[in-house]
Amino acid sequence: MNTVISAQNVRKRFGDHEVLRGISVDLAEHEVVCLIGASGSGKSTLLRCLNLLETIDEGDIVFRGQSLTDARIDPNLVRRHISIVFQAFNLFPHLSVLDNVMLGPVRALGRPRDEVKAEAMQLLERIGLAQRALEFPDRLSGGQQQRVAIVRSLAMKPDVLLLDEVTSALDPTLVGEVLDLLTDLARGGTTMLIATHEMNFARNVADRVIFLHDGEIVESGTPQQIFDQPREAATAAFLSRVN
Amino acid sequence: MGRRAAVASTISSAIIVALIVWFFWRAPNGANVRFFFLNPHAFWVNLTGDPSRSLYSILRCFETNVWMFMLCEVLVLIFGLGLAWLRLSRTPILAPLRVASAIYTDVFRGIPIILVLFAVGYGVPGMHAGWISQRTATTYACATLVITYSAYVAEVYRAGMNSVPHGQVMAAKSLGLSDVQTMRRVILPQAVRNVIPPLLNDFISLQKDTALVGTLGILDANQAAQLYGAKEFNFTGYTVAALLFLALTIPMTRYTDHLIAKDRRRRLAGGAA
Repeated sequence: MNTVISAQNVRKRFGDHEVLRGISVDLAEHEVVCLIGASGSGKSTLLRCLNLLETIDEGDIVFRGQSLTDARIDPNLVRRHISIVFQAFNLFPHLSVLDNVMLGPVRALGRPRDEVKAEAMQLLERIGLAQRALEFPDRLSGGQQQRVAIVRSLAMKPDVLLLDEVTSALDPTLVGEVLDLLTDLARGGTTMLIATHEMNFARNVADRVIFLHDGEIVESGTPQQIFDQPREAATAAFLSRVN
Repeated sequence: MGRRAAVASTISSAIIVALIVWFFWRAPNGANVRFFFLNPHAFWVNLTGDPSRSLYSILRCFETNVWMFMLCEVLVLIFGLGLAWLRLSRTPILAPLRVASAIYTDVFRGIPIILVLFAVGYGVPGMHAGWISQRTATTYACATLVITYSAYVAEVYRAGMNSVPHGQVMAAKSLGLSDVQTMRRVILPQAVRNVIPPLLNDFISLQKDTALVGTLGILDANQAAQLYGAKEFNFTGYTVAALLFLALTIPMTRYTDHLIAKDRRRRLAGGAA
């Protein structure tokens, strides 16, 4: 298997509180991995550490064979390859939907506007929002905004897409459209690490499920194994609470 | 507002205005004050000037206030932004500059502008320090306005930048934008929108404070009114100057309000969320 990114024994502290206590994860090309676990178990922190939005205290993060803890690494360059989508969408309210999608490729990658615009319109077409390209994000529903945010990340053509509880802030009726898009991406071979509370989605889409508890990986395996025959008592307890 | 409400508020406003006018009109020495401050003949002479009696046109002198304001406003916007940026930068190498910027804003917001005007306008030429001491009074006046108002505007910018949610910065960074690009493309456009009203307040103050430059012997509207008063023993010139300032600030505030409303409509048109 061709590993794209891996966390190796990563530790992260906020003050006295150790949020990640030695996490090791590998993500292979085209693989979809779901991170499950209670709020505060370290899922979001792990994702942020992976694209260097947080600095880690110990361990290493390796992207395509290169250590990212090296001081000579420019985080801005790394983030072009490892993109993250947030729970709160974080679309830019002062830019149109189209400009939100185009900002990264045009400014960070320095690609020609015409080319980027054509691609951005294709992406928006794919999520059915092409005709609203010139509107501002505030006019869209939460589900539409989150789909635009996902497409904004995709426009960077990242090697890995990290998704941080992207449906948690949504009205229940809008969750489906976002999960459908992610399912679609998974089938298309996008490499994704998804922190989620949507167990059915994880069961259907993930190649592998990882259960995180108090900053440690308790258990990792296929969806069938984790959801149907959890080995650890903590996993079983968590699953019985969420289902 | 309904038709009845509109009629009622118009009538009540008219009554209040009438009462105020009546109070000043009936004041025991009212006629005298009107003669000194609202003299129609003096009003006209002040507006147009009269070279045969060496009286300046306040309207022409007001041009000094206008161009000074416009020039200084642009410089203040640039310099203030630089100060705010330094203050918020987290780069360790810039730490001394960050402290310097904090001290700068504290000091120049704390000193009355007229004292800075004296210090710069009389102190700098008095130093005999070569080129910098040989500038015109107008240059020193502009420098003073820029120095002082940059401190105010820097704080306004800083408040605006702090008002942009941290998620915006993270989103920008996660797209691989550099710090400068994040500032220019994401933080600043939102920050400036958030602080247009307080920014405008500072501009109005700046515009009014151009009336202080007469202290350095520059012939602006206020200085012209003062000269007229000294010569003709009549203060109507001050009224003329006041009206000219109003004629500039009121349209400016209305226009900015209009821009803010337009921007809001553009972003929220339809109101769907």
